[in-house]
Amino acid sequence: MKKITIDPVTRLEGHGKIEIFLNDKGEVENSYFQIPELRGFEKFCEGRLAEDMPQITQRICGVCPEAHHMAAAKTLDDLFHVDPPSPAKKLRELFYSAFYVTDHTTHFYILGGPDFVMGPDAPVAERNILGVVAKVGLELGGAVINTRMKNHHVIHMLGGRPVHPVFGLPGGVSKGINEEERKEVEQIAKDSVEFAQLSLKVFDDIVLKNKAYVDMIVSDAYTHQTYYMGLVDENNKINFYDGKLRVVDPDGKEFAKFSPHEYLEHVAEHVEPWTYIKFPFLKKIGWKGFVDGKDSGVFRVAPLARLNAADGMATPLAQEAYEKMYDTLGGKPVHHTLAMHWARLIELLYAAERMVELSQDPEITSTNFRTIPTATPDEGVGIVEAPRGTLIHHYFTDEKGVIKQANLIVATVNNAAALNMSVKKAAMALIKPGVEITEGLLNRIEMAWRPYDPCFGCATHVLPGGTPLPINVYNSKGKLIKRLA
Amino acid sequence: MAKPKIALYWAASCGGCEIAQLLIGEKILKLAEAVDIVFWPVAIDAKYKDVEAMPDKSIDACLFNGAIRNSEQEHIAKMLREKSKVMIAYGACAYEGGIPGLGNMFNRQTIFDRVYQTESTDNKDKTVPQTSYKVPEGELTVPEFWDTVQSLRQTVDVDYVVPGCPPEEKTTWLALEALLEGKLPPPGTVITHNAKAVCDDCPRKRDVKKIKKIYRTWEIIPEPEICLLEQGLPCAGIATRGGCGAPCPQANMPCTGCYGPVEGVIDQGAHFMNALASVIDSNDPEEIQSIVDDILDPVGTFYRYSLPDSLLRRARIK
Repeated sequence: MKKITIDPVTRLEGHGKIEIFLNDKGEVENSYFQIPELRGFEKFCEGRLAEDMPQITQRICGVCPEAHHMAAAKTLDDLFHVDPPSPAKKLRELFYSAFYVTDHTTHFYILGGPDFVMGPDAPVAERNILGVVAKVGLELGGAVINTRMKNHHVIHMLGGRPVHPVFGLPGGVSKGINEEERKEVEQIAKDSVEFAQLSLKVFDDIVLKNKAYVDMIVSDAYTHQTYYMGLVDENNKINFYDGKLRVVDPDGKEFAKFSPHEYLEHVAEHVEPWTYIKFPFLKKIGWKGFVDGKDSGVFRVAPLARLNAADGMATPLAQEAYEKMYDTLGGKPVHHTLAMHWARLIELLYAAERMVELSQDPEITSTNFRTIPTATPDEGVGIVEAPRGTLIHHYFTDEKGVIKQANLIVATVNNAAALNMSVKKAAMALIKPGVEITEGLLNRIEMAWRPYDPCFGCATHVLPGGTPLPINVYNSKGKLIKRLA
Repeated sequence: MAKPKIALYWAASCGGCEIAQLLIGEKILKLAEAVDIVFWPVAIDAKYKDVEAMPDKSIDACLFNGAIRNSEQEHIAKMLREKSKVMIAYGACAYEGGIPGLGNMFNRQTIFDRVYQTESTDNKDKTVPQTSYKVPEGELTVPEFWDTVQSLRQTVDVDYVVPGCPPEEKTTWLALEALLEGKLPPPGTVITHNAKAVCDDCPRKRDVKKIKKIYRTWEIIPEPEICLLEQGLPCAGIATRGGCGAPCPQANMPCTGCYGPVEGVIDQGAHFMNALASVIDSNDPEEIQSIVDDILDPVGTFYRYSLPDSLLRRARIK
C-alpha cells in the first residue's frame, strides 16, 4: 500500500499532518488528518482562579484569543451569577465584531481566498496575498491591510492589548471608551462595511462569474450532507456573542435548539488513538464513524454552518447577501464546503454592520460597564461563536472561585470529524490510478480543508516562494518514490 | 554581502507570537527584503529534511517561540540549535515555559486522564492517543507527550531572549533591528527597551501606601491613577521586566508578569512574593497570615509564565 504524507499542515490550533494511503491499484484507501500536539489546558486550568480564565484560556490560540477571552468572560458571568450592565455587553460585542472583521478578512484574502482569486492551479509563487493584490489591484490590497490594522487598533483600544486582551471580568469589562474614541470606532466600522461590500463584489466578479469555479464549488468532491450548528438570537438570526445553539439536520430542519447549560445533553466527544484531537458529535444521534448523512452524529460549525443553522442575518445588507447566496446555490441548507468562503464574506459584512450599530449606541460610552459579583461562584457555561465555529467553556469552582474542573470544546475541534471526511473525499475524487500527483492536485486536496480555516498557518499562502507542505509518496514497502515540495 | 539567513519556528505555543511578528506591519516588508527566510512553517515551505541537510551554523539566526512539550519539539529545537549561529528565544514560552508550562503542576498521566475523560467525552474504553498505532491501512505516528514542560533555554543553549506573551511590536522590532544591523548586544541579553520593572513604564502613581487586604480583580473597581498594587491588587509589574509600556495596568488590570524577571533576578515568582510581602501593612504574624491566605493560587499568581524555568520547575506528583 502506498502512503502519501502531508506534514506539517501547519497550525490547526497547533500542528497538523495528513496521511493518505493508496491501495495496490493506486486508489485512495483511506486518509487521516492527525493533530500531533496537545497542551492540556483542561487539566492545568485546575487550581487557577476563575477570573484568570479569560487570560489563561486565550493562550489556547493566539490567532483568535478574543474568542476564548469572550467565552471565558461569559462563563464567569454565569459562574458568579452576575449580569453585566448593558453597556458592558455592548462593549464586549463591539470588540468582538471588530475582531470578526480582522479575522474573516485575514482568512479570505491571505489564507483561503488565494485559491479562488488566483485559481487552484496558479503557480505557487502567485497563489498568495501578493498575487491577490496584483490581481485585484493595489487599492483593494491597501484596503485589506488598512482594514486589518484599524480593527486591530479597535481591539487594542477596547481590550487593552493588540494580542491577548485583558479587559474581560465577571460582571463586565475593566474599561470603556470615551466620545472621541467612539467616533474613531464609528468611522472604522463604516469603512469596514464598505470594505465588506467590496469584498463580496470581488467574490462575485472573480468566482461567481467564472463557471469553472462555480462548478467546482457545487461538485461532489467538496460536498458533505451533515448537521450544522450555530448560535442564534431570539429571532433565530445569527449572533456571534450570545444566544441559543441551534442545530439543523441535513435537510435544513431544526433538529435541536438549546441554551448553553444544556450542551452536555447534545454534544459528546469521541476519542481515536491515532491523534491528540477529539471528535465531537451529536449525542442523540451517536458516533457512527467518519461518515455523513442523517444517521451520523457528525455536525459542522463555522460560517456556512452558522448560516445554515440560522434563519437569516440581523442586519440589512448582510441579509441581502445571505438571500443571494441561497438563491444562487439552490436553497437551504448548502452542503458545499467551498461555499464557506462565501458565507465568511457575508459574515464579514454582518460583523461590520453590527459594529456600526454598536458604535452609534448611546450607551456605548457609558461608564457603567461593571457589576461587582456578590453571589457564591459554583458552575458556569459560556458559549460564543468563534470565527472557526462554536466555542464552549464550562468551569466548576469551589465556593471561593478556584477552578476544580474545566471542560473546553474548541471551535476547530467541532469540525475535526468533518475535516477528516473532507480530505478523504477530495483525495478519493482527485487521486486516480494513472493520474500524476501534481502540486495543483494536492492543492485541490488542501482546498477541501482550507475553507474550515482550521487556523492561520494553514496559510500556505502568506509569503511567496513555496508550498509549506512537503508531500512524500511511498510505495507499499514504505519506500519514498516521489517527493513534492 | 549575502542576506542573513533566518529561521522561524514554533513549538508548544498558541500562534500569538506569529501574530505579533506580523503586527510589525509594513516593517515586515523591510524584513522580507533584508533577510532570506529559510524556514518558517507557518508561512513558507516547512521542509524538515532540508533543514537537516544544511551545514551546521549555516542559519544566521533562529527565532524560536513555544515551549518544549513533546518529542518532536525537542528534536527540532536541537536541530535548529546546531544549524543556527544565533538562537533567540522569542516570547514567554520559549523563554520560561509560558502558560503551557502550568502543565508542570501535573504529568502526562493526569493530563490524559482529564483531557480524554471530560464530562463531554464518550470514552468508556479509556482510549488515549498512542505514539504509534496500527490502522488497517498502515501505521500512524504522533510525537510523544513528555511529563514535564521545558523552556527552550532548558533544552538548548539560547543566545538572546525577546520576552512577552506575546512580545509587543516595539520589542520585536528592537530585536530585529539589532539583528539586521549586526548590532546585537552581548550574548545572554534579554532584549527590551527597559531592563527595569514594568512600574518604570507605568503611568499610575506610586505612593508608599501599604495594604491590609489583597483583592481579586473582580472584587474592586480600582482608582484610575493610583498604583494597582497599592490598591491591593497583586500586580506583577513590580517584579517584571519593563519595555512593554505597561498596557495592562493602563487597561485597569494588573500586570501578570509576561516579560519575565527584571535584570539580575533568577526567580520571578520569589521576587514577586517578596515584593508583595513588603507592601503588607502589618507586623503581626497572624494578621499577615490572614492577608496572604487570600492568595488562593500562588503558582498562577506568581509563576503564571515562568514555572518550568523557575527554581520550582514542577509539582511533585505522588
